[in-house]
Amino acid sequence: MTIPASLSYTADHEWVSAPQGPTARVGVTEYAAQALGDVVFLDLPAVGQAVTGGEQCGEIESTKSVSALFAPVSGTVSAVNQAAVDAPELVNEDPFGEGWLFEVSPVSGQGELLGAEAYAALTAEGE
Amino acid sequence: MAGVSDTVGLLQSPLDAVHRRLGATFTDFGGWELPVRFGSDLAEHKAVRTAAGQFDLSHMAQFDLVGPGAGPGLDYALMGEHSTMPLGRASYSMILTPEGTVIDDLIVYRLGQEHYFVISNAANRLVVAAALKERLAGFDTTLEDQTLARALIAVQGPASLDVISAAGLPQATQLGYYRAMEYTLEAVPIVVARTGYTGENGFEVSCPREEAEDLWQLFARAGEPFGLVPCGLACRDTLRLEAAMPLYGHELDLDTTPIEGGQGAFVRPKAADFVGAAALRERTPRKHLVGLRGEGRRAARAGYQLSAPDGAPAGHVTSGALSPTLGYPIALASVLGPEAPAAGTVLQVDIRGTSTPYTVVPTPFYTKEKK
Repeated sequence: MTIPASLSYTADHEWVSAPQGPTARVGVTEYAAQALGDVVFLDLPAVGQAVTGGEQCGEIESTKSVSALFAPVSGTVSAVNQAAVDAPELVNEDPFGEGWLFEVSPVSGQGELLGAEAYAALTAEGE
Repeated sequence: MAGVSDTVGLLQSPLDAVHRRLGATFTDFGGWELPVRFGSDLAEHKAVRTAAGQFDLSHMAQFDLVGPGAGPGLDYALMGEHSTMPLGRASYSMILTPEGTVIDDLIVYRLGQEHYFVISNAANRLVVAAALKERLAGFDTTLEDQTLARALIAVQGPASLDVISAAGLPQATQLGYYRAMEYTLEAVPIVVARTGYTGENGFEVSCPREEAEDLWQLFARAGEPFGLVPCGLACRDTLRLEAAMPLYGHELDLDTTPIEGGQGAFVRPKAADFVGAAALRERTPRKHLVGLRGEGRRAARAGYQLSAPDGAPAGHVTSGALSPTLGYPIALASVLGPEAPAAGTVLQVDIRGTSTPYTVVPTPFYTKEKK
């Protein structure tokens, strides 16, 4: 299971790059993608929308389930990955890369975040 | 033997080690720990629609009934007529409460003049076993719960006949739909049935528990040239939903009659005096099962509430998913009222707070191409 050391994580299995800004990119982890199964629908926040760290900002649907998407950081959504909206399987295929979900810029605060090591420990507990 | 206990924890399939080697993701289902998917559930779904898939159904309850009273006993215990069923036939049936509601749905196979084989749902095994025992008490038949002594493997998909042929059972391809036969394959006694839960051609094969792994590997090897892949419960559910087949606990339950659960075609209440028959004759349906089709990609899911155009509560969704084959959301729904709403009726589904229009459509949503 890949858990890139350069990223920060939420306990709800989102990842965030550059949580201090200026531009934070957000996605879900490989652990989440595997647990969800094939992602078939993404309901992401719109560009310009304010999100709050630790609060729900969207939904991820797989064939079998609906999961809430939580914002790791607070700020304004500056970009949404339309490629992933159009082809949600990107989330399964490349969760840390092509399957990113949205970007926040500027960043005004953070929710509770974990480092890669702490996140790895968290996911190991669940196995 | 580890995992073969009725009392402690989750039951494990005789194929558990195989699934773990294949890297399956597991889920708890009906008291068993079972593969929900091996890789991609969408890819597994597609394989069954276009080639073939292999499922471990060892959680399904398997009962053997032997004796001159087996047929008449089942006539009394279950919906339908079983004593007049020709040898080698299978029949979809249900076990009902005296009030006519559904304890479980099941398939009855007549394997011999005095030998019947019944497959029912995992979660209801002990309830069905107890009800059968009670109802068969006055009949000259044995009843044995074989579930933990046997395994059940399904091979489903348009290539399933090629797979079973290549596995050494070409004669089984001559079986008609809903026919079953006992065979010996590589010295192992098995029951092969032309039944399934996917809307495709296919087989379900029951074998002794200790032979399950060899049989699974035999099908895997035989099926490889035909694109056979191992399949989990996730795609089994989307496949059966596209075929509009009911799932106990969703479309059928103790508060639903077979008619209310959309299975009226299987009810012949005048045929015999089975438990629940009188109630079925007298009851007026309070609800109906219908197919719904949505727009976009957001699925109405089990439990979501329905409302009529005037805003009145109209029932609830029993099963729903974004159809992998069709590309749009489909659902089965239990709609309140003595009459079923006509095709074309628009109902609103409350999808997590958003009222979303769904249209009543005929079922099944998906029908396999006729060859």
